[in-house]
Amino acid sequence: MKSINNLEEIRKIIGRHKRWDLIFMIAGIFALMIAVLTFMALFAHMLIDGMPRLSWDFFTSFPSRRPEAAGILSAWVGTTLVMFVTAVSAVPLGIGAGVYLEEYAPKNLLTEIIEINVTNLAGVPSIIYGLLALGLFVYQLNFGQSILAAGLALALLILPVVIVATREAIRSIPVTIREGAYALGATKWQTVSDHLLPYSSAGILTGIIIGLARAIGETAPIITIGALTFIAFLPPSPVKDEFPYVSFEWLTAPFTVMPIQMFNWVSRPEEAFQLNAAAAGLVLVVMTLAMNGLAIYLRYRMRKNIKW
Amino acid sequence: MQTNQEKIAEPVQYKSEVKNLSFYYGGFNALKNINMVLHDKKITALIGPSGCGKSTFLRSFNRMHDLYPGNRYEGEIILYPDNVNILASNVDPIEVRMRISMVFQKPNPFPKSIYENVAYGLRVRGIKQRAILDERVEVALRNSALWDEVKDRLHDLAFNLSGGQQQRLCIARALATDPEILLFDEPTSALDPIATASIEELITDLKNKVTILIVTHNMQQAARVSDYTAYMYLGELIEFNVTDTIFIKPKNKQTEDYITGRFG
Repeated sequence: MKSINNLEEIRKIIGRHKRWDLIFMIAGIFALMIAVLTFMALFAHMLIDGMPRLSWDFFTSFPSRRPEAAGILSAWVGTTLVMFVTAVSAVPLGIGAGVYLEEYAPKNLLTEIIEINVTNLAGVPSIIYGLLALGLFVYQLNFGQSILAAGLALALLILPVVIVATREAIRSIPVTIREGAYALGATKWQTVSDHLLPYSSAGILTGIIIGLARAIGETAPIITIGALTFIAFLPPSPVKDEFPYVSFEWLTAPFTVMPIQMFNWVSRPEEAFQLNAAAAGLVLVVMTLAMNGLAIYLRYRMRKNIKW
Repeated sequence: MQTNQEKIAEPVQYKSEVKNLSFYYGGFNALKNINMVLHDKKITALIGPSGCGKSTFLRSFNRMHDLYPGNRYEGEIILYPDNVNILASNVDPIEVRMRISMVFQKPNPFPKSIYENVAYGLRVRGIKQRAILDERVEVALRNSALWDEVKDRLHDLAFNLSGGQQQRLCIARALATDPEILLFDEPTSALDPIATASIEELITDLKNKVTILIVTHNMQQAARVSDYTAYMYLGELIEFNVTDTIFIKPKNKQTEDYITGRFG
């Protein structure tokens, strides 16, 4: 019988086992590359097609029947305003709901049903939100096919993301910190406003930005509520010359957004419009990546002072 | 024996009296019919093996259990001189926590400045005047023997302090509001021996100012710092007496076994 301590034998066994490490590593890299390279290829394609169209004029021109004169002015202004409405409505609602569920809600069956629902809402197809917004905001509340209706539709869409991010950020605060605040005689609201919200702001902010980055590319709900695909004017300015200097007329103005502008160009037969679509797509991707980058940076910055 | 007699010679003054206290985590009976007293401006130590209910007992004093659903108290904890049962359902737990402060097992400073940490209890009480805050913060930091180490960097983050300094900061935070009772939940279990010694010294110094209840799993610590010791086992109070008696001549066989290290 051969000794199991035979060095030759042991080396051979190790070599055989290590082969599996190598095989798995190659398979892993391959799987990773499929995901990364696909995106890289798409991005590169868009870059090559769209880059030459990017110029100052492209950002400051309205869409046009002549592809070389067409631009994304109404689209990026529309996207910016819709995102603003989305953020202003989704952020307080989402944070409020998250704080309530995490800190105030009694632990009972009703709360549990609500919690499960909130988590599942994040998985509802976005066009369903579009239908809801069409029925509720456009017709019932008579907001029309406006920036307000679109912003609120997207706010509904990202609300679950903000709620879940808020809850998780609050839950990651150690229980000893919460107890420390309560032990000093703080009320729930003092604990929330002096401690839980400030310490979880990095996580909440990340959730908000990721939610907005999702909303910025959404097309289906906006088409459902009836955004225009061709629009050659801007909504009324929010700033006025005379008193009271601010105006909310823009809220009810018709609009278009970046993905719809892109969709419009892609569906044109002329080759030149395809290049415009690629350029608009490039701008959209860069906007989204910039938002995600900002989220990562803010997270890093705000976590620096907090160690637990 | 000498010290014993001195203690007995003093007029007996109770800060608090625990009467028939039982406590339930849902269906689990964690404290069983506890009766004992806290002597005014003395240090009382709670000892016993882990799981005996000593932390549960301590946390009943500032109604910490009220933060979580399904917990239930029975019996009374009377606070003197005003004779209030702090466990009564008509007594607001927040009011109790304003009168009775707590220092936790692991230092738990807020991710704020040293100054804001100490001032937080005062801010909760609505104190906003800078002069009052400044003065109270300084007094609390002096009383917790931290002032000289931090006076030049009061607005630095509390996390930059060492573990022992953080725990003294937590003591200062608890002291800043002039509590009637100060609760310590194994305050040195996360600290090295040198930091432990400084915290113990501090606790001993504090007893002229405040009544102290301290949970410790370290029997030497109980013997070193406390005037009275209670030995708990499986949710029951087995023996409560002057610390010297508990450690030199325990009446109960179980206490003796635990003290001499035969189990626990």
